[in-house]
Amino acid sequence: MKAFSYERAHSPAEAAAIVGRTQGARFIAGGTNLLDLMKLQIETPTHLVDVNHLGLDRIEATPEGGLRIGALVRNTDLAADKRVRKDYALLSRALVAGASGQLRNKATTAGNLLQRTRCPYFYDTNQPCNKRKPGSGCAAIGGVNRGMAVIGASEACIATHPSDMAIAMRALDAVVETVRADGATRSIPIAEFHTLPGDTPNVENSLAAGELITAVTLPRPVGGTHIYHKVRDRASYAFALVSVGAILQKDGSGRVAFGGVAHKPWRVEAAEAALAQGAKAAAAIAFAGAKPTEQNKFKLVLAERTLAAAIAEARA
Amino acid sequence: MHGPADFELSRRGVLIGGAASVAATAAAPSAEAQAAASAGAGTPVMASVTLKVNGKAHALELDTRTTLLDALREHLLLGGTKKGCDHGQCGACTVIVDGRRINSCLSLAVMHEGDAITTVEGLGTPEKLHPMQAAFVKHDGYQCGYCTPGQICSAVAVLDEIRAGIPSHVTGDIAGKPAMSADEIRERMSGNICRCGAYSNIVEAISEVAARRKA
Repeated sequence: MKAFSYERAHSPAEAAAIVGRTQGARFIAGGTNLLDLMKLQIETPTHLVDVNHLGLDRIEATPEGGLRIGALVRNTDLAADKRVRKDYALLSRALVAGASGQLRNKATTAGNLLQRTRCPYFYDTNQPCNKRKPGSGCAAIGGVNRGMAVIGASEACIATHPSDMAIAMRALDAVVETVRADGATRSIPIAEFHTLPGDTPNVENSLAAGELITAVTLPRPVGGTHIYHKVRDRASYAFALVSVGAILQKDGSGRVAFGGVAHKPWRVEAAEAALAQGAKAAAAIAFAGAKPTEQNKFKLVLAERTLAAAIAEARA
Repeated sequence: MHGPADFELSRRGVLIGGAASVAATAAAPSAEAQAAASAGAGTPVMASVTLKVNGKAHALELDTRTTLLDALREHLLLGGTKKGCDHGQCGACTVIVDGRRINSCLSLAVMHEGDAITTVEGLGTPEKLHPMQAAFVKHDGYQCGYCTPGQICSAVAVLDEIRAGIPSHVTGDIAGKPAMSADEIRERMSGNICRCGAYSNIVEAISEVAARRKA
């Protein structure tokens, strides 16, 4: 790990201002992903601003009938919240499908959205990786890419976003609230938060330098049956090969977002209009234009079947 | 490698909490920039932190890079907590902080000022074992024993999590109360790897303690 200085911030605006004006500065919250990457010198901040003590750890009802989740609410607390389990069960289900109990106790709501890919070539500093070192190339494209993206990828990067929670947030139309280095605040719809790799896979979201997430807001509950199906190589504590986050209504309509398939949570609203016709029809629209590799083309079949299982479960 | 002057400069950005930090920030807004520049040059940055471990406070002067795991093992010489992967994948370093289990390898010691930390040494002693320790002995919940302190700390916290109603991936009714079952225990212990494969005995040990406490 490279040397760094450390301080505890006293307010969200102060934290954003410090990181905005200090070269090499980063926020640290749960630290479960950042410290892992710092040990490998994939992340090399020279100053850490600890945002754990800013009072951003509450879940509050909004006047609109939704929930405002503080950025520092731990994954365990969010999954266990009674209101979330009752009205946003998809979110609870996705959270407990991810990581381990120890990690969920530290990992935060904002940090979960910001976690980096688990592409093995991103982690191996001896390999080229455009995300880790822009312009160096992508070792995954010609390498072992069974776990990589099948849609929305580019010539520069075929990594996936690893989060389960983000899949649920995408299906729930969450909104990310932030404060910027100059003190201004803004709200970013989750659909516009994560970005596709394009020519700049090192850019993974729409945050500006020093911009700090303060909360994630959920609109009022939409009812329906909430299902999160995660398919992985072992039954627990593994990243998704494919996951399906679905909210399905009695009339056959619904919402669905896919994980493990793209650089961001993959939701195609046009595909949802075909949900009543079944998984095949919906998946065909959701994955139109997919460019899988020889090793990961199974994900397209798996995604359709996993969606079919979710639809069958909702009807049962 | 570096003189006392560098050392003093480095310390400015690492004051933890309290009035001193507020004063330093107010008086010198560029303190963090200087400290960051110093760190950027590769100079180790030291910080003062008081860790409350197993009920006893320890004042330490640590390189900011020191993980909670290394502070426990290398500075407080509490060798019970083990370093396995050092990347949060194996669970050997599991300790209980403010009542919750965490991977001590993925947490900085300086971030734990004021927190109550319990390691395996704080659960029981060779003369007076914690019920979970005794159950692991009775059921042979190990072979080489390296993962055992992490397994035991995790297991103690797992039972608390189930009692507190925190759901897991195998909880049937996510809005309801999770069952104290072997399935729940297995799922919740998945962050603790045992390469000897003592899993079935580990589940038996935890299940016995769970049943005893339930009665």
